[in-house]
Amino acid sequence: MMANLLEHMGMEKDRVQFSWISSAEATKFATVAREVAQSVEALGPNTKFVKGSD
Amino acid sequence: MESYIEQIRTLAVDLLKSGKVDVVIGYRRGSVPMATVPFMARTPEQAKQLTWDSHCTLNLANYLTNRQEKIGIIAKGCDSRNIVNHIVENKINRDQLHIIGVPCKGMVNPKELQTLLDDEIISCAETGSTLTIASSQAEIKIEREDHLRNNCSLCTHRNPVIYDDLVGEAVEEPVLDDPFKDVNAIEAMDADEKWNYFDDLLDGCIRCYACRNACPLCYCPTCFVDESDPQWVGKGQNDTDIKTFHFLRAFHCAGRCTDCGACEAACPMDIHVRAFTRKLIKDSKELFGWEAGMDISKRPPLDTFAPDDPNDFIK
Ligand code: SF4
Ligand code: SF4
Repeated sequence: MMANLLEHMGMEKDRVQFSWISSAEATKFATVAREVAQSVEALGPNTKFVKGSD
Repeated sequence: MESYIEQIRTLAVDLLKSGKVDVVIGYRRGSVPMATVPFMARTPEQAKQLTWDSHCTLNLANYLTNRQEKIGIIAKGCDSRNIVNHIVENKINRDQLHIIGVPCKGMVNPKELQTLLDDEIISCAETGSTLTIASSQAEIKIEREDHLRNNCSLCTHRNPVIYDDLVGEAVEEPVLDDPFKDVNAIEAMDADEKWNYFDDLLDGCIRCYACRNACPLCYCPTCFVDESDPQWVGKGQNDTDIKTFHFLRAFHCAGRCTDCGACEAACPMDIHVRAFTRKLIKDSKELFGWEAGMDISKRPPLDTFAPDDPNDFIK
């Protein structure tokens, strides 16, 4: 619901992501981290909820 | 209305006289037209000042938090649901309460009424469903139904969900075709439009915190915005800080907000703060089939775990 409210307020959907990764799941961690980085890069620099940019 | 007032006073006087309660929390006429103020009647004499009209816009559950005495309380539909929240969240005991339920016909929006007359409204009288408002220059009659507060026009729980006495007869519950039209309209915007919509919405916010103080859910001894160690959010008029305050305050109300509208009634700047909580109300309903404050035996969805909780947002 928090992610939904953020999106409702205009944060891009992919900018905030959630995952559940055990300390034993190194490959999952690496994959998810890469995916997150890629999707955030695609969105470009964030200006929302950043002080000084408003 | 008149008969409601008589019944409320009679019940309150009896409760105080018999010693069943130490105090009755209700409304008293405000010092300006179209306003009531919360009132704690401690003697049968004081109970005669209790009133009821179309301006009982604050939520009396707000005054129950952690009280120790035996309390009689007047409750319209939304107040009763916040009383349920308070009981579920251990902020008051059911045994301490004698709830005088009042089936509600909706409260009016005084700011809207003011727009109907050029000069300041100096009196407002009610007979049945008709209100007579007057300025020093003019007088008009209007129907309550046509000028309800936004949350009252969307309300489907006008009757108290929990009570010991009921004043008058239960009223018919409205059925809405499209209860979340407002939320859907925002959802249809793109990200930047949404961002700008909330920017504009909060444009006049002076961070007086009246919305928070009027909200029965906001009972934390120290609100996150007031903490200084750590300081979670800046305290000035910075737009990002203002938005952070509203975003987080709303989120703290997720699954708990009853859309009572006390936050908006209290706001001196006429800010539509419910735009945040309405989204949470819609999601609670769609994701968890949940409406806040309907049952004292159920805990709110974000407070519990169920194996079938929606979790497709987790990768
Ligand atoms: S009551 Fe209105 S002006 Fe005051 S903090 Fe809340 S939204 Fe801002
Ligand atoms: S957030 Fe506003 S509408 Fe929701 S319970 Fe609090 S005061 Fe009522």
